[in-house]
Amino acid sequence: MPTAEDIKQRIEAAIPGASAEVEDYTGGGDHFRATVTAQAFSGRSRIEQHRLIYEIFGAEIGGPIHALSLQTKID
Amino acid sequence: MSSSESNPIRDAIAEAIAEHKVILFMKGNPEAPACGFSARTVAALQSLDVPFASVDILPDPRIRQELSAISNWPTIPQLFVDGELVGGCDIVTEMYESGELAQTLGLSDEQQAPAESLAGAVQPSSGLTQIENRLA
Repeated sequence: MPTAEDIKQRIEAAIPGASAEVEDYTGGGDHFRATVTAQAFSGRSRIEQHRLIYEIFGAEIGGPIHALSLQTKID
Repeated sequence: MSSSESNPIRDAIAEAIAEHKVILFMKGNPEAPACGFSARTVAALQSLDVPFASVDILPDPRIRQELSAISNWPTIPQLFVDGELVGGCDIVTEMYESGELAQTLGLSDEQQAPAESLAGAVQPSSGLTQIENRLA
């Protein structure tokens, strides 16, 4: 089961220059909320920004990660 | 992959998206959402008093699979307007708060004001019926 720290590191490793704040908001290890700030989001729609993050986790979303609530910001 | 194979569930979903200006794929239904994220998305739409069709994805796991394959979006709910994915709960909530959701739905500020009957704003989706029929 991933921790908030794992998720933060994976996002930051996958998106160059991104900084992520991740919290496990139920404490159960499967509902996370992430705020991700990255220059890479520039020029992309919100849908595309969120897809960039969802793609990192693939089938884990909806599986071990029941929910990953996202907020994206452009650096 | 095998596009020649018939895929009635995928076809029914694509048809439902094409036929309804505003359609929400959710867990449960607008009267009884089965997940907090779906509930929040329904609440945003209802507070704009906009009619929308809805499809409950829970009765068959294939509905969610096929929907996500069409939309390239992994989570539920999913809101479509004019055949385009607008987003899930996070994006819809953000857009609701900024006023963009009303714009996307083609509402002016004046039109948002009086919410007469929220129940009357919910249309049953013919797409849902078709999907259910095909599973029966």
